Formats: sequence, structure tokens, C-alpha cells
Amino acid sequence: MNKYYLGVDLGSTTSKAVIINEKDEIIGRGITNTRANYSVAADIARDEAIYNARFSVLKKKLEAEMRAKPEYNKYITDMESVFQYEQFKVRLDKLGDELVKTCNIFFKDEQQREDILNNLRNIRRAFKPKIKHDYLYNNLGAKNQFFRDIVSEKYNEEVNKLSMSLFESLMTVWDKSISPAENERVQFDFKELIHKAMDELKEKYRNLPETSAENTSVNFDAEMNLLEGNFDHVSESLRQHIDEIAELDFNITNMTGTGYGRALLPFPQECICSEILCHAFGAHAVFPDTRTVLDIGGQDTKAIQVDKYGLVTSFQMNDRCAAGCGRYLGYIADEMSISLNELGPMALQAEKEVNICSTCTVFAGAELRELTNLGEKRPDILGGLHKAIIMRAMSLLARSGGVYNEFTFTGGVARNPAVIKYLTQLVKENYGVNIKINIHTDSIFMGALGGAMFARRSLKADLPANKPIAEPEKK
Amino acid sequence: MANPKEAIKEKSMVIQKDMLAKQFHELSKAKELGKKVVYTFVPGNLTELILAFDMLPVYPEINALQSGMRKRSGSYIKDAEKIGFSEDVCTYVKCDIGMMLNGNVGPTGEKLPDPDLLLLSYTGCFTFMKWFENLERLYPGVEIAMLHTPYQEDGRITEEQISYMVKQLKEDVIPKMEKVSGKKLDYDRLSKMLENSVKAENLWVKILESAKNKPSPIDSYFAGVYYMGPLNTAFRGTDIAVEYYTELYNEIQERISQGLLPINPEGEIKEERFRLVIEGPPNWTNFREFWKIFYDMGAVIVASTYTKVGGLYDHGFRHEPDKPLESLSKYCMGCYTNLNLPQRIDLIEHYIKEYSADGFLINSIKSCNSFSAGQLLIMREIEQRCSIAVGFIESDLVDPRYFSYANIKNRLESYFQMLEQRKIIMQQEGVPV
Repeated sequence: MNKYYLGVDLGSTTSKAVIINEKDEIIGRGITNTRANYSVAADIARDEAIYNARFSVLKKKLEAEMRAKPEYNKYITDMESVFQYEQFKVRLDKLGDELVKTCNIFFKDEQQREDILNNLRNIRRAFKPKIKHDYLYNNLGAKNQFFRDIVSEKYNEEVNKLSMSLFESLMTVWDKSISPAENERVQFDFKELIHKAMDELKEKYRNLPETSAENTSVNFDAEMNLLEGNFDHVSESLRQHIDEIAELDFNITNMTGTGYGRALLPFPQECICSEILCHAFGAHAVFPDTRTVLDIGGQDTKAIQVDKYGLVTSFQMNDRCAAGCGRYLGYIADEMSISLNELGPMALQAEKEVNICSTCTVFAGAELRELTNLGEKRPDILGGLHKAIIMRAMSLLARSGGVYNEFTFTGGVARNPAVIKYLTQLVKENYGVNIKINIHTDSIFMGALGGAMFARRSLKADLPANKPIAEPEKK
Repeated sequence: MANPKEAIKEKSMVIQKDMLAKQFHELSKAKELGKKVVYTFVPGNLTELILAFDMLPVYPEINALQSGMRKRSGSYIKDAEKIGFSEDVCTYVKCDIGMMLNGNVGPTGEKLPDPDLLLLSYTGCFTFMKWFENLERLYPGVEIAMLHTPYQEDGRITEEQISYMVKQLKEDVIPKMEKVSGKKLDYDRLSKMLENSVKAENLWVKILESAKNKPSPIDSYFAGVYYMGPLNTAFRGTDIAVEYYTELYNEIQERISQGLLPINPEGEIKEERFRLVIEGPPNWTNFREFWKIFYDMGAVIVASTYTKVGGLYDHGFRHEPDKPLESLSKYCMGCYTNLNLPQRIDLIEHYIKEYSADGFLINSIKSCNSFSAGQLLIMREIEQRCSIAVGFIESDLVDPRYFSYANIKNRLESYFQMLEQRKIIMQQEGVPV
């Protein structure tokens, strides 16, 4: 039987899970937003990684066929997306129940309660098809794909269309319902869900001519055309393979938990490992010549020096100040009323970098407004902000001993193109143009990968004996 | 062990506790006893000289660290800030000033006497000078003596520097002490005290070097700060100090013969898993918690630089009864913080090798420039010279606002895991550690 190893990185902002095989190859990735109930966040990330691993196995199996038949590829990609929608639907139903429950507790006046419930029904009726469409036609794009973010965006959109007098009540109900809904673990039956997804997909292709006539956002591509004419055949020839991977027993031989919330994971103590070691080990596994690792996460920045074995020889952490971490960017995005994912691209349009002086996240918000008043352009301000973040990271790197060839950048912030631009620029300016800089598409998963790799090597790292481990919360 | 919360007491600890109780009681009665009081600092202290005049020394930084350990420093520091001391001022100073503002009550609950003399015998820490300027304002008219201590810029103590120091002692410091005490300096008495100093110093070196044993019978940092107390403060040169170190030495010999590991407040370490060298003073406000993170992990500090603030006896320095003023001068210039950076690096490298350490850790203190300046350079250099895992944590001496337990624990856990995995992987790779 194949052996698999799991690494869970419970970060301050996102929780990541990675599954590797016996060759240290990543076969499954899962990510979700970290929430009050850490064990639910870890469970969701892990479940997602296992689903993702099933799809990986499927693709691996059909590698040759997929090369010959692009419609296979299209089918599987579509199916993964619809599969996510099926999970989403279940969560949405849970949220619906929660909203009704909150309403019943919160509004004593029958008339008012009915009014709110009515509005909630209308809101849901309005946004549900939109979300379905986004999933079915891959329109979620670069937006955040976490349940909370997707639903709250649509909910807010609908609430804003209604009378202002309803705003406060509807937002109160939302605030009181989203957390319980999100902190509840939902068990899915993979096989059942994948069959539902296949049915949904069938529906999609059957209705494709009408849908595309009504909706301009449906873009046809060659693969979709191929699949449309061939759908039943493709579906039937893949069914057996899909059933096989659905029944595949994923035997997790060993696991490691890491990240800020690691001590709260319901893992045995010997399966807990510092995120510094995990990030370094993961980065070193992907880029074996790495000697310096910079990890910018949600709530801290780490500069790590590693040796040829991937072992940490020293590290420096910034855990006092948020300026320079992922949360800083989140705060700035809120201040500018744009999404986190739009920040980097906008900063790339900068013609110059406005000098940002504030060393504090909160004060940077005030500085940003002041600079806007002075007529500075948003891209230029954002350019300056991104540069300021990297300047702080450079100072931390210097403290840790500087950059040796090669340099690997990890963490969620490594997804931001403007951060990459300024980091590359400043590393080369400070340490020479010949420094090799590695940024992997899986940069956010490096900690979880390192954890999974430690699990495969079953490296035990004991922690203080009397460290309490939080029980998973009672549901 | 009936109650794990209760600290274990050995005979040497009882002796030390008794010594301190007597010292502070005598201080509280100083005026009645007609004894003059000298405020002075630990690095480069002239304790034998003070005692030879029958005066009583008070060490403000010891009072500050005691206040830190007794959880009083937070409010003392706030009181000092209230009267205008900035957030960036050394917290020893602010804690001491705050304590004086609150009636100058010492660690035993008895009031400390006002100073008759402020004796600054080490100028390597610029803050000391400013500290006494502030004390002079609190005690107008108090006598002041200052000994300018040359820094070991070239990494050695020269004959010229010694003559310069002796001249200051003869022409300024001793006359002032004679004036305050109303007595002439009795050189015979001073020499006799220095003979006692040497006896205690010899024992101290043997105690420090006992940590070369594997496993080590002592923790040279967390327990070391207690062990170094009598030698670095009011007792050097006394019979009781010799008695204390004899007892301590015998206890440690006994521990070695029984194969016992270092003692800690909850008993003793069961297994020595990591041998560390530490640079920098400890944090005092959360001393026990801080120590516990180490002994829970089986981490033993086999050598530390902080225990050398009172002198580098393990590198050969001894007081010389036949050359009292010369040796006191050398002593002042030889304390750890008066070494230049290359000397400090060499010393640490020597410790790592001689004491077979697995790791080197720096506790960088926000308040203390004497220690903290250059520590990153030290760390990098040691990492390269010794190919050893290095760690860096940050805290403060006595300002509780700068001790973040969660951050420090997170870093230390990572550091210990680094050491652990290094051992495992090196073993797998067949590399000798």
C-alpha cells in the first residue's frame, strides 16, 4: 500500500495542509482561513488536501490519455471546480440554518422577525445562482476562494441594494451567524459529492447553448467545445477511474503540525514542530542549494539561514511589529477598499515609489490618507508601501547574517507580484546580481511541506513535557 | 519532594541567604552603627578597598535586579518615567531611582541608608556615570569619587593604563575614601582581604570549570548568577565568602561523585540534552519562567559571559595581595564588558570548545548597551568559526513590559528543535557533531 505523509501548517491567517508520497512529492494541497476553532481549520485544510490528492492520483493515472485527449483534462478541471461548489453548497445550507436560528433568538418582535427572514430568503435566492455560476464557469479567478470571503462579498452586495433601515439588522444577523457556521466541521462523503458534481456537470453541458446565449461571461474555448460535443462519452469513460480514486484508502502514515497554532492542534506532542524548521526544510527540499530563506507570513517575518542538510543554523524573527507582514497588506487593502489580491498588481503600475515613513501598520493607514490628500496616485503610494515592507525584510535578513546564494522566498506574501519585484530588486542591489532567487508557486505551502517531510522521516522533536494541548472544541 | 513549588535548599544556599540577611540588616542600622555607606557598581568594584575602610557597600544594580525578581520593578520604572525618565533609559537606572522615590526599601524589607560616597570605579558603562549624576541630585552634597577605567581597545591591559589607574586611586579615590571614613587606609588589612579574595577566586574557578564534566553538575548561568553573588558583591575578601565557596565547591564535588545533574528550583534536571553557552544578562522579572523553559528541555548552560561581569578569573586573573593597587586596577579593567569585541568572540569560542557546547545563545537586553552592542556580529562570527547552531532572543533586565513569554518560548522551542534535529540528521548523515 502507498504511504502518505501529512503536514499541517496552522498559520495566523491561513491554515495549510500538504500530503506527500514516499518520494517527498506533493500530491495534495489544502488551504483555508484560520478561524477561532483551530482544529476545524486544520481539519478543513487536511480534508481539502486529501480531496486534492485524490484528483492528483486521478490525473497521474490518466496522464497519457489526458495528453492525447484535451477534453479529458477539461472534464477533470471542471469536475474539481464543481466538486468545490458541492462542498460550498453544504456549507451555505449550514449558514442558512444558522441565520434563521440567529433571527429567531435575536428578534423578539414577530413582524420584524418575519421581515428579516423574508429578506434573508431573498438575499440568498439572489446570490446563490451567481456563486454557482462563478464556480461552474471558473469565474472566481484570483479572488479569495475561502467560503467566508466569497459569501460575505455576495451578502454585502445584496444588503447594500436594500433599504438602509434594514442594514444594521441584517449585518448583525450575519455577524452572529458566520462564525458558528464557519467553526463547525462538516463531514463530506467524497464519493457522494463527486457523483453530485458529475451530475451537475452533465447539466451544465446539456444547458450550455442556452446559458451562453443568456450570459456573456461564458467564454468558449477549444476544450469546452470538444467536451460539449463529446460529454456523455467522456463522462462514461472516466466514471470507473473516478470511482476508483473515490474509494482509494488514503493511509496517512505520519503527520506533523506546525505554525503559530501548532500547540493547539489535536496532534500528539511528538508530531509538533516549529514553523521555522519546517519552512527551512520545505524550501531546502524544493531548492536544495538554498542557504537563506525569507518567510513573510500573516503575522511575522522570519529570516532563516540553513546548511546543506536543510537544517537551520540561525534565524531572526520579527514578532513585535506588523509592518512588513501579511496583515499589514490586508490592513492597507481595507483602507483602500480593494481586495488583497488587487494590491500587488496595482502597485506594479507605479511610476515612482512614494516614500512611506510610518513604521507602524496603523499609522501607515493615516499616512496613506494624507498622501492621497496631497494628490499622490494610488499605484505610486502602493509601490512605496510594498517597497517599505521589503526594506524591513532586508533589515531582518541583514540581522540574520545576510543572503548567501541561493535565496528562497516563502509564505503567503510571496504570492504578491509587487513584493517579488521589490524583493528581487533589493536583494540584488544589496547582495549582488548573481544571487539566485527562488520563488515557488507553492511558496505558501512550504511550511506544511517541510512538516510532511519531517513526518516522513519521523523526526521527533519533543517539547516541554508539561505543555498543555488544547482539546478540540466540543461541537 | 513534598511540594514541587518550594525551592530546594542546599547548605551553601542557606549560608548565602544568611549572609544577605546580615548584610541588609547591617545596612539598615548603618547610621546607628556609625558606618559610612558607599554606593558603587558590580563591574570593576573595589569591594576590598571599601571594606578595608570599614565602610558598607551598596550596589544599585543588584537592588534593581532584586526588585525585578520581587516583581516591584514595573511600578518603580513607571514612577521614574513619571518624573521624566524616558522610555529608552536603562531600566536598572529607572528601577533604582523608582525604588529611592519609594523610600529606598531593600530586598529584605529594610530601608537602605543614604550614600555617604558615590564611588564610580568602572566607566566602561557610560550609563553608570549618568546614573550617579542622578543620584547626586537625589542626595545633594554627597561625596563623589570617580575612577576612569580605560577600555581594552587593543585587547590588552598596558603598563601605562595600570599606572594611570593607580595614580587615580592614590590621588583621588583613596583620599576621598579616607575623608568620608575618617580613617587612613590600612594597607596590611587590604592585603589580608586580598588573600581571602584569592582563596575564593581559586574555588570559583574550580566551580565554573566543573561544568566541563559531562553531564555538567551545575548550570553556569541560571544557578551561576547565585553562585557568583558573594564574589562579585559585598563579600569578596571576607572569611565568610571563603567559607561559602568552600561549601559550594564541596557540594558540587559531591554532585559529581553521585552523578547528579544541575539543581533547579523544582529539583534537578533528569537528563542533560543540550549544553549551551549564553551571552548576555538574564531577564530578572520572569527569571523562574525563563529558567524553566531551559530545564524542562534538559538544556544546561555550561558557560556564560554574564557570570564574568565581576572578572575573568577563569582566564587567570587573581587579586595580588603584594601589589594591591595594581591588581585592583587590573581587576577594574578586566571585567567582561571592558573587553573589546574580538576578545569577547575569542572568549566565547574558547567556552564553546572547552565546555563541548552544542549551541550558542544570545539573550539581547534592550536596556544594556554595554552587552548588546555588537552581539549580532558576535553571533555571526561564532556561527562561522564554530559551525554551531546559534540562537537570538530579546528581553530586558527589569522592565516586565519587554518580556514576552510567548515570543521567547516560541523562539526557544524552535531553537531546541534545531539542536535536536541537527543531532538526528547529523547522525543519519554520519557527520560527527
